[in-house]
Amino acid sequence: MSARAYAVGGPILTRPFKVLLALFGLGGVLILFRFATGLGRITAMNDGYPWGLWIAFDVVTGTALACGGYSVALLVYVMNKGKYHPLVRPAVLTSALGYTLAGFGVALDIGRWWNIWRVPLFFWRWNLDSVLLEVALCITSYMFVLWIELSPAFLERAEQQTGVPWLARFAARTRPIVEKALLWIIALGILLPTMHQSSLGALMLIAGPRLHPLWNTGWLPLLFLMSCIAMGYAAVVFESTLSRLAFGRAPDLKVRPTSDTVPSTSDRAMLASLSQAMVPLGTGYVLLRLIDLAGRGQLPALFAFDFYSVMALLELALFMLAIGLLLRDSDRQKPGTLFKAAMLFMLAGSLYRFDTYLVAFQPGAHWSYFPSVTEILVTVGLIAGEILAYILIVKLFPILTLEKRDVAYHH
Amino acid sequence: MAISRRTALRVALAGAAAAVAAPVKASAPIAAPADAVGLLYDTTKCIGCKACVSACRDANGLEPDTTWSEGRYHAPLDLSARAKTVIKLYDEGTQSSFMKAQCMHCLDPACANACMLGAFKKREFGIVTYDVDYCIGCRYCEVACPYGVPKFEWSKVAPKMVKCELCSHRLAQGRQPACTEVCPRQAVIFGKRTDLLREAHRRLAEQPAIYVQKVYGEHDGGGTQCLYISHVPFDKVGLPALGEESTPSLQRTIQHSIYKGFAAPVALYGLLGAVMLRNRRKEASA
Repeated sequence: MSARAYAVGGPILTRPFKVLLALFGLGGVLILFRFATGLGRITAMNDGYPWGLWIAFDVVTGTALACGGYSVALLVYVMNKGKYHPLVRPAVLTSALGYTLAGFGVALDIGRWWNIWRVPLFFWRWNLDSVLLEVALCITSYMFVLWIELSPAFLERAEQQTGVPWLARFAARTRPIVEKALLWIIALGILLPTMHQSSLGALMLIAGPRLHPLWNTGWLPLLFLMSCIAMGYAAVVFESTLSRLAFGRAPDLKVRPTSDTVPSTSDRAMLASLSQAMVPLGTGYVLLRLIDLAGRGQLPALFAFDFYSVMALLELALFMLAIGLLLRDSDRQKPGTLFKAAMLFMLAGSLYRFDTYLVAFQPGAHWSYFPSVTEILVTVGLIAGEILAYILIVKLFPILTLEKRDVAYHH
Repeated sequence: MAISRRTALRVALAGAAAAVAAPVKASAPIAAPADAVGLLYDTTKCIGCKACVSACRDANGLEPDTTWSEGRYHAPLDLSARAKTVIKLYDEGTQSSFMKAQCMHCLDPACANACMLGAFKKREFGIVTYDVDYCIGCRYCEVACPYGVPKFEWSKVAPKMVKCELCSHRLAQGRQPACTEVCPRQAVIFGKRTDLLREAHRRLAEQPAIYVQKVYGEHDGGGTQCLYISHVPFDKVGLPALGEESTPSLQRTIQHSIYKGFAAPVALYGLLGAVMLRNRRKEASA
């Protein structure tokens, strides 16, 4: 059983769209400046803190927040919960956009960006000990996988372009091929994030003695993996709630569903039910974190109430607060509570990543880092660009699903 | 229908089992290359003249770092893209010492372990050298190095990584590194690692009252080719207490046990495909 998605339609150049466009433009100007002058002028990064906001947020946190496509695919295709199918396309879209943003973030951040193509192509030079190589190859491949997963949406739209017959014909011919291969592409879309999201945790292990003991554990990969899947579900709740608020519930239908329609579970009930997955994931994360700290004799450090202890406790508190909000079924049914819990999960997971990459990293007392205004504005610009792309795509292409469900339609 | 707790747990476990092995005991110590060369620095001999710092700059064609000398001369405070070696002073009143910093040329270098295309690599004589053609400027080497050695050209449009390569270009001409050549007190000497170790231990034994009874770099961080002996505790002069495990070994052990022969990812891919095929058939027949 599959649900049918429709383009939202409506005017493009709304006021929020223009504001986002301005932010995106400002970021763009700063990016040009970065390429013209190097990294030193525009960022606060230094030889003590060689990785800053662009890696910690745009790449490490950004891709974790973009795990919606991964988390929902696990549920729908592996756990065979077909009722969540309507969530797949919007989740995959936000994932594709998030990973694309990460790709741009990397391109900005690396010093010798014109050499970037050598990483995937110079396979005889691959250093198989490099965790970063694995992360880079996985993230790059996954970016393509996500856009392929999403391509039926674009092809559906192209098929309707009767004014451009060659395009319609091409789309009509390509879509069945893509849809036939889709299962193996989606399987890749589950394998790749499992690999690189855990490896994003393993990445910082190489800092060894320079990583604060509260975060320096061989369990980093599993902690990163569990929290990213929970963040993925949270992002889906967040995105669905906002897009329903923004685009309303009764879009103008250009294509009517076939007569076979059955009433679907309401969006709200679906999200409430989905959100349960975050509870065991979050609880598992918190327990593993505590057991690991206890096992390594770091519990006193956790309760030392210095800066590091407060940051670690804050992470744990955010996770536990989020879990607490989702424990009771009656609470999960309240969209406000659900939204709050989702935000808390996203915040908790993001803080954990910031802490691991920036706070826990200790290059020596004479080094310090706080992102510069221009550095922050570039990230804001990239996020604005991501939202712009999301709005454009859901308005023009069949991504979001309506309350009716088309039984006859199969992938 | 809501997802049962068991289902959600299965989601977590499926991913976990596939991606993560428990922290494993790290690998065996790494032997030094047979032709390994290095430096031996002796804090008791150094007078802090910084002739090595100037000679290094000349030999490596580095721009002068005049930040701290009001534009007058090369006076780096720390290693940077303009200083591959630097002399520092530790002074606590009753106790003081000079200290020479440069790349340690680790037996198991974290930078080379981190580097995606092997721009940093242990090459001839065990020297960790840099090949700019394979560097994309990701700076993961800077994250990795426990000594904070590799430095990035932050102000350049086409930046490179900069660090001591033990004057490998001079060694190729049959000369020794610039720093050891100019040192007036032979506080830093060049030689084969085995010879340097022997010399270091000879000095420790000869004057046990003066030296801390340890050769830093013999085993520290898995062992290094640049060695130190000192009359003050090593952590005072900025040499970190690393233990005998090399920095990249924990990460490498975990990563290798997950990705050994790439079997686990391939198996997981097959498993995912099989489960999804079965699900689709079930759905079609329902």
